[in-house]
Amino acid sequence: METVRTGKVWKFGDRISTDFMMPGHRVLANPDLTPEEAAKFCMEANRPGWAENEVQPGDIIVAGINFGCGSSRNGSQSLNALGIAVVLAESVSRIHLRNAVNTGLPTLVAPGISDFVEEGQRLEVNIVTGVVTNLDTGETLQAEAWEEGSPPYEILMAGGLDAYMRVKVRERGLVAE
Amino acid sequence: MGMTIAEKILAAHAGADSVKPGQYIWCKVDATSGHRLPELEALGVDQVWDKDKVFMVDDHQAPPPTIAVANKVKNLRRLIKKYDITNFFEYGRGGILHQVFAENGMYAPGELIAQCDSHSTAGGVFNACVTNANLDAVHVLAFGELWFRVPESVRVVLNGTLPGWCVGKDVILKVASELGTDFGLYKSVEYVGPVASQMTIAQRWTVSNMGVEVGAKFALFEGDEKTDAFLEGRVDRPYEHVSGDADASYAAEYEFDLSDLTPMVARPGDPGNGVPVESVRGERVKIDQAFLGSCTNARLEDLEVAAKILDGKKVHPDVRMLVSPSSQNVFGEALKAGYLETLLEAGALVEHSTCGPCYGGHLGILGDGETCISSSNRNFKGRMGSPLSHVWLASPATVAASALAGEIVDPREFL
Ligand code: SF4
Repeated sequence: METVRTGKVWKFGDRISTDFMMPGHRVLANPDLTPEEAAKFCMEANRPGWAENEVQPGDIIVAGINFGCGSSRNGSQSLNALGIAVVLAESVSRIHLRNAVNTGLPTLVAPGISDFVEEGQRLEVNIVTGVVTNLDTGETLQAEAWEEGSPPYEILMAGGLDAYMRVKVRERGLVAE
Repeated sequence: MGMTIAEKILAAHAGADSVKPGQYIWCKVDATSGHRLPELEALGVDQVWDKDKVFMVDDHQAPPPTIAVANKVKNLRRLIKKYDITNFFEYGRGGILHQVFAENGMYAPGELIAQCDSHSTAGGVFNACVTNANLDAVHVLAFGELWFRVPESVRVVLNGTLPGWCVGKDVILKVASELGTDFGLYKSVEYVGPVASQMTIAQRWTVSNMGVEVGAKFALFEGDEKTDAFLEGRVDRPYEHVSGDADASYAAEYEFDLSDLTPMVARPGDPGNGVPVESVRGERVKIDQAFLGSCTNARLEDLEVAAKILDGKKVHPDVRMLVSPSSQNVFGEALKAGYLETLLEAGALVEHSTCGPCYGGHLGILGDGETCISSSNRNFKGRMGSPLSHVWLASPATVAASALAGEIVDPREFL
C-alpha cells in the first residue's frame, strides 16, 4: 500500500450521504453494474457531471461532517472506482468508515480540514502517520491516524477486507493451502 | 468503574472483565445476516460458522422488478441451500428484515449482533447491541467474530408523559432536531426515563431504528416486561436484561421533557430538520404521495392508527397513499383486525411488505418535483426517487391525516 499520496482536491460539504455516492434507484435496480459503471452515478444528485467529466484518478476528496451518512451501501466502492486516492473529512459515519477500510480506500478523520484547503489545491497525505500537507500553502494538519496494529489498520494495509480474509481463511484452515 | 450497557455487552463478547471506550477488541457475535454469502463463496469457504445463526430475507426489491434482480435472488437461494441456512424467509413469509428477523427470534437482551443494513440499530429495542456490518459480515459468516472499537456511550433521558397522538416517531424527530443528526456518531446511545418506559415496543422500535439517523452504532433501550412479552414464544434461549451501572461513565447526558411535545415533521433534506407540524400548517404543503411503510413505522399499531383516521373517509383525490406493512406477519394481523380493509376502502394502495418505496428503488418511486409525506426514516435528496422530489418524515398518524387533507396537517385536527 502506497503510504504517501498527493492529489488535487475536490471539496464537498457536510453530510454527504451514501445515497449521493450510490443512488439507490440507479444501483440497486441494476445489480449487474460493474463498480466502474455504478461510479458514473456518483454524486449525480448533488454535483451533476462530476463523476463523468471532472474527477480524475489520483484526486482527493475533502468533506465536512458525517461523510458517508445514511445507507450502508458501499459508497467507497464508487469512490475507489473513480480512482480517488484519499478521503479526508471532518468526521465520517461509522458504517462508511468500515466500508472504506474494507474497500482499501484510505479515509481519514481530519478535524479542521475544511478550512485548511481550497478546492483545486494539492495535498500530500501520509495515510499512516496522518500528516496532511497543503502543497500550495506549505501548511500541515494532523489527521487522526489509525492505531498501528489495530484491526482496521491491518485490514487497510492488507489492501482491504478481501485480501485480509484470503490470508486469514487459510491460516484458520477454512480453505486448503 | 461501572460500565454502560454497550460496554457490558461488548466485554462479555470479548471474553474480558471490562472494556474502555476507544479500545479495539475482537468479539464473538451471536448472529448475522446472509447478504455476504456470495463473498464467502468467492473466498472458497464452504461452510458458515453456525448455520442456525444466519438469517436471510430478500426485501429491497422484492419480488424482483428486473431479470437481473431475479437472477441475483436465484443465486441467493442457491447459496441458502449450499450453506444449509436455517432462517431463510421466502416471499410471502418474509417482509422487511428488521421486523422479520425479530419476529423469528434473532435478537435477545445482552446479545451482540452484526448484520447487513444500516438500520440494524433497530434491534437495540430488545436491549441488544445490534449494528451494521456490511462487507464485514463475511468475516462473521466465516468465523463468528468481528472487530469493534468500543464506543463512548451517551444517555438520552426522556422525561414527562407523552401526550396523545405523539408516538416514538415524534420523539426521535424531536431528539434529532435538537441534538442534530451527528450527536450519536460512533457512539452507543441509551434511551432511558419515564417516556422510554411509557412507550410501546413498536414506538421504542422507531427510536432505535432511527439510531443510525443520529449517527449511532447502537441505539439501546433497557429490557422490561414489554420486551419480554414481545420475545415470548420467539426466543427460547435464556437471556438477562442489561442496564448501565450507576457509576458508569457517559460522554454526555441529554434530558428532554416531552409532556408538551406536539406531532413533528422533518422537512426535506435531513432527518434532523424536525419542526412541529403546526408550524408548517400555514405553508399549505401539498402532497402527491403518502407512504405508510418501512421498517420504521409500519407495525400493527401504526396501521391501526391510520385505519382509525381513515375509517369511513377517502384519501384526497390528488393523493396516492401507499401502505406496506413491515412484514407479511404484520400484514396478516392487520388483515384479520380489519385495518387493511378500512385502508382499501379509503382508497389506499395496500402493497405487500417491501422496502421498495422507502429507498426509492421499487413500487412507488417519486417523480421530478413530487412531494411525499412518509413514515420512513430518511428524507435525503433523491432518497425516494427523483433528486428533484421532496420527502417529509412524520408519524403514521400525521401521514394518514395528510393523505386525507391532501396537504401536511396536524393529526390532532382529526381527533
Ligand atoms: S424499509 Fe427502508 S430503511 Fe428499512 S431496511 Fe428497507 S430500505 Fe432500509
